[in-house]
Amino acid sequence: MDINLWSVIKLLVALGAIIALLIANSVVMVWLERKVAGFVQRRPGPYAVGPQGMLQTIADTVKLLSKQIVIPGSSDRFLFLLGPVLCMFPMFIMFLAIPYGPWLTGLEINLGLLLILAFSGLESLAVLVGGWGSNNKYSLIGAARTVSQSVAYEIPLLLAILALAFMTGTLNLTVITEAQTGWFWHWNIFRQPLAFLIFIITCFGETNRAPFDLPEGESELTGGYHTEYSGMGFALFFMAEYTSMMLVSFLAAVLFLGGSSGPIGNGVWWTFLKMGAFMTFMMWVRWTFPRVRFDQLLNINWKWLMPLGLLNLWLTAMAIKVF
Amino acid sequence: MASPDTSQMSGAGPQTGALITPTQCEIHPPLIDIKPLNYVFDVGRAMSIWPLTFGLACCAIEMMSVSMARWDMARFGAEVFRPSARQADLMLVAGTVTKKFAPLVKRLYEQMPAPKYVLAMGNCAISGGPFKFEGNYSVLEGVDQIVPVDVYVPGCPPRPEALLEGIFAIQKKLVGCRFWPEPQAVAEKGADK
Repeated sequence: MDINLWSVIKLLVALGAIIALLIANSVVMVWLERKVAGFVQRRPGPYAVGPQGMLQTIADTVKLLSKQIVIPGSSDRFLFLLGPVLCMFPMFIMFLAIPYGPWLTGLEINLGLLLILAFSGLESLAVLVGGWGSNNKYSLIGAARTVSQSVAYEIPLLLAILALAFMTGTLNLTVITEAQTGWFWHWNIFRQPLAFLIFIITCFGETNRAPFDLPEGESELTGGYHTEYSGMGFALFFMAEYTSMMLVSFLAAVLFLGGSSGPIGNGVWWTFLKMGAFMTFMMWVRWTFPRVRFDQLLNINWKWLMPLGLLNLWLTAMAIKVF
Repeated sequence: MASPDTSQMSGAGPQTGALITPTQCEIHPPLIDIKPLNYVFDVGRAMSIWPLTFGLACCAIEMMSVSMARWDMARFGAEVFRPSARQADLMLVAGTVTKKFAPLVKRLYEQMPAPKYVLAMGNCAISGGPFKFEGNYSVLEGVDQIVPVDVYVPGCPPRPEALLEGIFAIQKKLVGCRFWPEPQAVAEKGADK
């Protein structure tokens, strides 16, 4: 990619659109999550603030904006303030590489998958910085849990995605999506069902969502790594959680569910529809399953997902060699 | 190895009586007071009152049932029970405050960032309730001895509807008007009297 004025302008426009997308996503999805929680538990959920409670998240944002910011006296001031900022920054870069449609990509690069996987590791660094800087035992335990969980779950995630890279012979997300155009049996979910299963499970581990929300662990850690954060610091951590949910949902749509191809009228809307469906699925899982124990979490990873991922990779390599 | 610091480990035990003093936490007046902007912020605050996950005695059971399907506090955006005091707005003192626990209640209040509200739920939290008798040595007679209380919800325990009304009272205190319709049956009974 040669750098000229046009590419810089395109990049800036893409970044602006991504920031708008992330904010809109948080506003809508937090409301939807509380609504889904309500419906799962047979209650209406947010209902009175705006039509069907739609202004609920805006009221929450206004409140969090105007809340006092408490910086604990014994905390590391610099790291404490750096944590929430650092957890939002890598998100923008990752969303640049996602092909939303055949012509709609922020940054056209042939190593998009590698870029996303590399920067998703920064997320756990931000949580570690925030948890360490708080100088609180619960924050520190939560941060340590995040790191061990992310490090463990990144390996099966890589193995699952590597099988797709074997099949298409590229790390370019646009090419992987284009290889799935056509009717739905061309989608990777039907060619690589085992990889998709591993991908789903690791998604919950990577985004710290229930049933793998041990870093937050409200019943044992009073909020985990964001225990000491009030107001906008907490809101930024919360926003990062929903943003990483959207990221893995986009990845699922692009890698496994055929991206922008659909039954009628291929286009950007299909990517977004699949993303929304996958996010709703994640919420459904959150309000249905209880939290696992930490040893169970690591056992699932090292005893099941890793061997299955290796087996899947081996089978894929064999199939490519034979056919 | 240095010997452990016993002054921190002994907790609130021996000096409990000395610690039952009003909180020193003060709330400063706003530096810039713009009325319309403050109104917007106040409406936002009133519409998302996040309580602290914090129950002391049997009133907490009523508090839980308010967040469940039948009464559902979530309708008014108040179902987000935060386990960490740093993210909570409302301290629902639901139950008997013992003298042993009073310093911790005070500390939880002091850990909450402003603006913060306290709702004393049930007779025990309001005045000691059935524990207010001569020779009472263990129960604090009213949580307002240690933290400033915004709304009192009487009852032993109060009905879940009463707690909802208490939350509406906090909203009314913030914004100055009631957003929700009066419950029909209660309004009619009031008219009869």
